[in-house]
Formats: sequence, C-alpha cells, structure tokens
Amino acid sequence: MILYILCFILLLVGLYGVLTKKDLIKIILSLSIMGYAANLFLILFAYKNDAIFPILSESAVQEAMVDPLPQALVLTSIVIELGITAMLVALAVRLYQKYKTFDITKIRSLSG
Amino acid sequence: MKSQEGMTIIVKTVTRISVWLIFVYGIYIIFHGHLTPGGGFGGGVIIALGFLNVFLAYGKEYIKKWLNIGLLHDLEATSAILFVGIGIIGIAMTGGFLANFLSKGTLFRLFSAGTIPLLNILIGAKVGVALFLVVWSLSLFHIDEGGEQ
Amino acid sequence: MILPYFIIIPLLAAFLITLFSREKDYWSITVSTIASATMLVLSIVCFITLKGETFIYNLSGWKIPFTICLVRDSLSCFMIVIIQLISFTSLLFSVNYIRHISSSWKYYSLFMFLVAGMNGVVSTGDIFNLFVFMEIALFAAYALVSYGGKAFEFEAAFKYAVIGSISSTLILVGIGITYSATSSLTLAHIAQVLPQKPDILVWVGVLFLVGFGIKAAIMPFHAWLPDAHSSAPAPISSMLSGVLIKALGIYVLIRLFFNVFGAPPVFMNIFMVLGAASIIIASFLAIGQWDMKRLLAYSSISQIGFILLALGISTKLAILGAVFHIFNHAIFKSLLFYNAGSIEMAIGTRDLREMGNLKSVLPVTYSTSLIGTLSVSGLPPFNGFFSKLIIIVACVQAGYITYATIAIIGSLLTLAYFLKVQRYAFHGDKLFDVSEKSIGGGMKFAMLFLALLCVVTGVLLIPALRQSMLDPIVDTIFNKTEYIKLVLGSL
Repeated sequence: MILYILCFILLLVGLYGVLTKKDLIKIILSLSIMGYAANLFLILFAYKNDAIFPILSESAVQEAMVDPLPQALVLTSIVIELGITAMLVALAVRLYQKYKTFDITKIRSLSG
Repeated sequence: MKSQEGMTIIVKTVTRISVWLIFVYGIYIIFHGHLTPGGGFGGGVIIALGFLNVFLAYGKEYIKKWLNIGLLHDLEATSAILFVGIGIIGIAMTGGFLANFLSKGTLFRLFSAGTIPLLNILIGAKVGVALFLVVWSLSLFHIDEGGEQ
Repeated sequence: MILPYFIIIPLLAAFLITLFSREKDYWSITVSTIASATMLVLSIVCFITLKGETFIYNLSGWKIPFTICLVRDSLSCFMIVIIQLISFTSLLFSVNYIRHISSSWKYYSLFMFLVAGMNGVVSTGDIFNLFVFMEIALFAAYALVSYGGKAFEFEAAFKYAVIGSISSTLILVGIGITYSATSSLTLAHIAQVLPQKPDILVWVGVLFLVGFGIKAAIMPFHAWLPDAHSSAPAPISSMLSGVLIKALGIYVLIRLFFNVFGAPPVFMNIFMVLGAASIIIASFLAIGQWDMKRLLAYSSISQIGFILLALGISTKLAILGAVFHIFNHAIFKSLLFYNAGSIEMAIGTRDLREMGNLKSVLPVTYSTSLIGTLSVSGLPPFNGFFSKLIIIVACVQAGYITYATIAIIGSLLTLAYFLKVQRYAFHGDKLFDVSEKSIGGGMKFAMLFLALLCVVTGVLLIPALRQSMLDPIVDTIFNKTEYIKLVLGSL
C-alpha cells in the first residue's frame, strides 16, 4: 500500500510542477514525471510477490509470473510520451525563437 | 586557431570504435525481439542513440556528409508502409489485420514466430531512424532566427 | 469487415504522402483527397447497410480476451460518417487555404493522421486501444494547431499540449485502475464486471470524467479550447471544433458512461450541472469576444454544453436530441469556421471591429454564414432548431424546468452573439477592395455543401427516416446489456 501512496505522491509532484512552474522546460519535465508516475501505477498493479518476469525461456522452471499486459501497456505509453515530449520540446524551441524567453509569464499574446 | 566542429579527439576516437558495437547490439535486440526482452522499439532506440553518439561527437557537418538525410526520411516512411502492408496481407490471407500468415516454426529458434520478427525489424528501422531525425530536426532550428514582437 | 479500412486507408495515405510527395504539392493533395473521398463513400455505405446490427471485428485473428476488437454498431458508424463528412469538406477547403499560409506535404500527412486517430477512437472496442488512437489524433492536432508558424500559434499549441498531456495521464491512471479491478481491457468485459464494484466505479468515473471532460472542453476544463481553436488554420479549427472534441470527448463519454458504466445517476447529475454551466458561462464569454474565431470557439463550448445536458437527462428523447445535436453542431460549426477562414483570407483579419459591409464583396460567404448563424441559433427550419427543440422538450418532459430555462436562455444568447457577428462583419459602412475571386472554388464548394446540409438535415426527423437512422443509435446508447451481449456473443 505504501508503494501506491508514494506513486500517487509522485503524480502529485508532477502535477504541482506543471501548475506552478514558470519555465517551459520545467513544465515539460513535470509532465514527464507525471507520465512516469502513471506508468509506475500500471506496473504496480501487475506486480505479484515472488513472481518472475513474464518471459518464456527454455531452461526456466514454471514459476508464477507477473502480469505481462500492463507492461505492454507501459511500453506503448512510453512511446506515446516520447512523441509528445519531442513535440513539446520542438514547440518550446520555436516559442523561444519568437519570444526570446522560456518564462511563461512573458509569453502571453493570448489572453484568457 | 582553427575552429573545429564536434568534441575532442578522445571522444571522437572512442565513438569511432564504439558506435559499431552499439549498432550491432541494437540489431541483436531487434532480431531477438520475439525471444528476449526488447524488440523493435528497444533496439530502434539503441540504434538511434548510436547515430546520436556520432552526431554529438562529430557535429552537424560530418553527419551531413556521412548520412543521406533524405534517404533516411524515405526509409522511415517505407518501413511504415511495409508494416501496414504486412497487416493487409494478413487480411488477405487469414482475414484479420496483422494476422500471422507465415509458419510459426519451433519455439526458441531465431527464425520462428511467423511475422513477428519481420514486424520487429520494420519497427526497429522506423524507430531508429525517426528518433534520430527528431533530434536532427530539433538541431536545425536556429535559436536566433525568426523573432517576433 | 469494412471497419479496419477506416484506419488503414488514412494511415497508408499519410505514409505515402511522406514518402512520395516531399517535392510535389499536387501529389499530396491528390492522395489525401482520394483517400478522404473513398472513406466518405465507404462510411455512408457502412452506415446504411448496418440496419441496427452490431458487428465485431477481431484484429490479428485471435479471440476476444486476447485481442483488440473493433465494434461496428450504429453509434460508431454514425460518428464515422460525421468524421468523414467534415474531413472531406475540410480537405477541399484546405487546398486553397493552406496554399496561402505555406503549402506542404506535412499538412496533408498530419491531417490524415488526425483522421486515422479519430476513426480509430470511434471504432475500437478496447479501452487502451482507444487511448492510443486518441494520442495519435491529439499529436496530429497539436502539430496542426501550430502549423501557421506564428508566435501565438505555438503558444496555443503548447498550452493545448500541456493540458492534453495532463488529461491523458489521468486517463491512463483510470485505465490502470480499471484493469486492476476487472482484469480486462475490452469494453464489454469491463461493462460486465465493473458495475458490481461501486467504489472502484466512482474512482474510475471521476478520472475518466475529468480526463475526457478536458478533451471535450466542458466548462471547468475548457481553458485550452478558445486558444487552440482560434489559433489553428481555419480548416483545422473546423476539424477540431466540429469533430475532434466530439470524437475524443463526447463519444467516449457516451460509450463509457452509458454502455460500460450503465448510466450511474450520480454522474448523470454531474453531466447536467456541467452542461448547464457550459451553456451559460461560455455564452456570456462569447458575447464579449471581438476575435471572430475565438467567439466561435466559445460557442463550441456552449453547444457542447447542450449535448452534455441532454446526455445527463438520459431519457430516450433527450439522447435523440443529443445525437442529433452532435451531427448538427459538426455541420454548422464547421461551416462557420470556414466562413471565418474565408474572411480572414480575403481581408487578412479576424477582428470583428475591422470588418464591415462584407456582404456585398463576399456574397457566398455572407449567404452561407447567414444560414449557419440561423442554424446555430436554433431558428426554424434549420437543423439546429430541431435538435435544440428536442433537448428543451426532453428537459420539460423529465421535469427539469430549471435546465429547460437555462437551455432557452443559452439559445437566445447564441442568437445574440451571432447577430453581433452578422452586424459587425457583414453589415456596416466600411469598404473593402476585395472580391470573392480571391477565395478558391474548393472553399466555396465546401461552404455551400455544408450550408445545404444545414437546410436539409432537418428531414432526418421525419418518422420513417428517424426510425432507420437515428433510433438505432439511441437504442445502442441505451441498451447496455445488449451491447455486452452483442460484443461477447459474437465471439
């Protein structure tokens, strides 16, 4: 249970960063932290005590395996996060080109 | 003093030796995707990191001479099209998108598991090239150009 | 077996464009238009031949617990028709419009990814697959919002991407909790197991409501929409406002909260409250706008509020109104965004204060926007009138007089701010030296086509047509057990 709580705290750390930081790069990093916390959640749901990794091999004795499906989900979501992060970084670079700053309080040509 | 692109001679030498090992390891991971942990995405990331290693050590101009960037774009698109193509062949042969239509072989052999190794190779090529091209495109932005306001 | 092609065709088109048309502009236009037209025809065939049945399509030839299934029922076919309709007109509109920003294969490639993502979301029967397709669509949307290359476009896209990523993370956590409670990702399995665990249902429901509520831009979660939808190029605005918030937001809310969770009353009440809040607050915010596209974006939030309110009432009549309003809103909001785009292209501004007397120089834009305005404000005999009337009547029938009043006030406010658009943009005494020749034939065709649809789609309510077209959708939304039985029964 303590693991789930820690994981939830990690999610909140990321959310706190997204909401309060004023630097574009720090916002992107906070988003990544949030994503990792979500991935960790999924891995924790799949975890079983005394279970091995879910890979069939020739020599291994048949033991309890952890659930492989959430791990596949996490792999997919990592790929997605990679894409989104690259997109955000590209946008941040272009924003820096236009405004010469990473500070979001100075980037406000759109109001509301 | 001659301004030289890239990092010092030490880094360049180490890179020159190690980059091929990185590529081989990435290809190994891709080809054993159906047997061991890893697979197309993991191996592709390793290959992309190999390219990035050269990029960081030698600089932009060297990469332009060494690699044909347009060809890499083509490779990326082609591997995606082939992936969809294998899926469509699956529809034609067995009725399900991406269904297996090759012999499954024996378990734990390198050439087994039907279409999965093929798909892994395509994903590996796609990811390896795409990830490198993302960083490459980011490096093409000139930070001082195009200011507004 | 028609359904996977709605995902395969746009993906293939997108990759073909990236492969072959980096130099040649016309090739990318040809490929994407052919793909889109094919899908439009296929989608209409798909909808008409369905006759209220449900078909399951298992990917990769495995059986359901182990594979991803695509579900072809009337609701998903209906959404697919809307998506193809708007994307086809939007593509026709883009051909001229994008040439005036910067014509490039990237635009058409991303556009095809957007269509592929949305088709995937509405046709899949697996919750994680839905998440993946949603991210594909959103990724393309982020890139397309920033396509024009101006500073405020990057700003809007960044804001959109940050808020979108937060909501995606919440959805991912929700999917994780769902999986841990039900050991399945297939929606029909989840629908069987989850309602027996009410405490988990509340958690998952809240996470999904917030997550998909952000995608649908319901009122407290709407902050990104006015920026993103007003900054994007006009055809993309119409895609985003017309279908993206419905395919990714409203459709998924319907699917999850009706077919999977079985319309729990507590969430229905939340739907009603959020819907009413969206209608009123967004209407008031829209009145104060001077940027034409920003006004239209706020209007989208308000119209989404109507749909959500109707969903919350969840009587048969109200659902019929919601489904019909989804269709109508897609048509007239896209039309109005096209009008804004053609004005922007003709005189180079979106500020209503700088426009005036455009009715003499842009006759096609003027007449179609008049039809769009009357339709969105709910005046007879246009389609918006009927759907709003159904929603209000359903409110009264279910005994929610307050919500009916709110809906009527919202409708009047809609009329008010669209009259403002008409007054400032098309009447007045300014003179512009432009002519409609500057906007191309594709743009005119797209506008006229959607205006025609605004006039004629009221006939969908004629009982015979309604029974064959709209009623199966309402039945699909209502019959939760039927959905489970059909999906799992046809293994």
